[in-house]
Amino acid sequence: MNGLALYGRYTAASIRGQMQYPGSFLLLSTAQFANSVISFIGVWALFARFGRIDGWSLGEVALFYGLIDIAFAVADAISRGFDVFGPQFVKTGNFDRLLLRPRTTALQLLGHELRLTGIGRMAQAVLVLVIAAHLVKVGWGPRELLLAGSAICGGAALFLGLLVLQATLAFWTVESLEVANALTYGGVTAGEYPLDIYARWFRQFLTFVVPIGCVSYYPVLAILGRRDPWGAPAWFTEVSPAVGFLFLGASLWVWRFGVRHYASTGS
Amino acid sequence: MEAALAVPKSRLMAPYLAVLRARFLLVLQYRAAAAAGFATQAWFGVVSIMVLAGFYHGAAHPPLSLAQAIGYVWLGQGLLVLLPWNADPEVSEMVVSGAVVYERLRPLDTYFYWYVRALAWTLARVLPRAVPMFVLAGPVLSLAGFGAWGLPPPAGFAAFALFAASIGLTLLLSATMTLLINVVVVASQTSRGANSLAPAIVNLFSGLIVPLPLFPAWAHLFLFLQPFAGLSDIPFRIYVGQLSGAGAFAGIAIQAFWVVALAVLGRRRLNQAMDRLRVQGG
Repeated sequence: MNGLALYGRYTAASIRGQMQYPGSFLLLSTAQFANSVISFIGVWALFARFGRIDGWSLGEVALFYGLIDIAFAVADAISRGFDVFGPQFVKTGNFDRLLLRPRTTALQLLGHELRLTGIGRMAQAVLVLVIAAHLVKVGWGPRELLLAGSAICGGAALFLGLLVLQATLAFWTVESLEVANALTYGGVTAGEYPLDIYARWFRQFLTFVVPIGCVSYYPVLAILGRRDPWGAPAWFTEVSPAVGFLFLGASLWVWRFGVRHYASTGS
Repeated sequence: MEAALAVPKSRLMAPYLAVLRARFLLVLQYRAAAAAGFATQAWFGVVSIMVLAGFYHGAAHPPLSLAQAIGYVWLGQGLLVLLPWNADPEVSEMVVSGAVVYERLRPLDTYFYWYVRALAWTLARVLPRAVPMFVLAGPVLSLAGFGAWGLPPPAGFAAFALFAASIGLTLLLSATMTLLINVVVVASQTSRGANSLAPAIVNLFSGLIVPLPLFPAWAHLFLFLQPFAGLSDIPFRIYVGQLSGAGAFAGIAIQAFWVVALAVLGRRRLNQAMDRLRVQGG
């Protein structure tokens, strides 16, 4: 069986498992929906008060907001195994069993769980995108749809990469480090607004270190047909989502380094 | 038996104070969690401030100046764990394991006992996060030349005194809300529902997502009177000087009202839930 088919089986089993508790699934999805809608109510309130943010309208910000939130919802749903890696695999010694199986550890961890409650955040993000499409005049052709799709895929890859890095740290720290939340949850929050409202050092951090700008700011500039006020070339805004996949590739390389240095806790 | 239970009046508070002290010292041990929380909160503080500054460009007469809004954000990030985000985790465990029945055997008022535990838990988590955050956002940013982006000193001596009183009430109010969440956990036998829905309400109505004065004017009276404003909006506005004089006293009175009202409600509901408690054995 190839990796993809195996992953399909993993996810089918995970979905069946979660559907054994439909009440719990509904409750947690609704809660996630409520929590994320509340954040957008905050954005709406600020626009109601101030009208614009550094020249950007509510509809334009909703475009950044919706795309990055969908990307994060996807990453959050598939990365559960990496998210709980420290406490559930390293601390317990369960990772030893993964190493014995003739498949890559990354594939097995991806297959650990497909978290369906992410549908709550996803629903909110789609709603925000619909609002954006309603408020902003964009000629949605194949090019724009492709850009939006690649921004979502690149963003999901980037967040997955961040979670892989967080899990890699657990090889040394055993417990998961919550510090990574600053980059994942904090990264989504930062990516919900156009990069050019931020200070220079923060913009550079979000372009070159944790390239969240590459999966939201630059592709949305290309969709809106805007130029980057800081002089990023036009071709870069079109291909920038690929940076998310480069980030994921680099993260998996670091992950393999971590696996080679793994010493079982012996429990 | 009667004689053994007759405790001198002065010793009546002793078990509650012992619980307060023990739990405070226990939770204070989790330094790594505090450090992680600190880093995350600093990040969110920086992002929120830059976003707010972006909105303030060219704004005419907002009800909160940018400097005040920045102070409001830093106070919110520093005091984040002062808010009632979820049920007391130990109470949730007790409910799931069934150990909650032992709480009925103690010669203590369960509500007050859990209340003191919630106070200690909150206080021990707030202090190691708030102190470094205020040092960073206040003197450190100021010395580094970023004073305009930092936490300003209180608006005056009166503002500081009123803020201290108000934040004390915030602590009491937060514990009454934690207890209400505990009641839901006891009644529903699981912490999942209450813990997942509480943050949305707290986040919005306390002013953490957007400072409440920045909401549209038609919502202001409602936002001022509802119980969650007392969790952060009222003390923060007093601190930055946006709420002063009679307004500040009104805010503190609203906080005090909700502390009493929610404590009475919570105690009655907890006793009802406890009376209906079924032990499944095992």
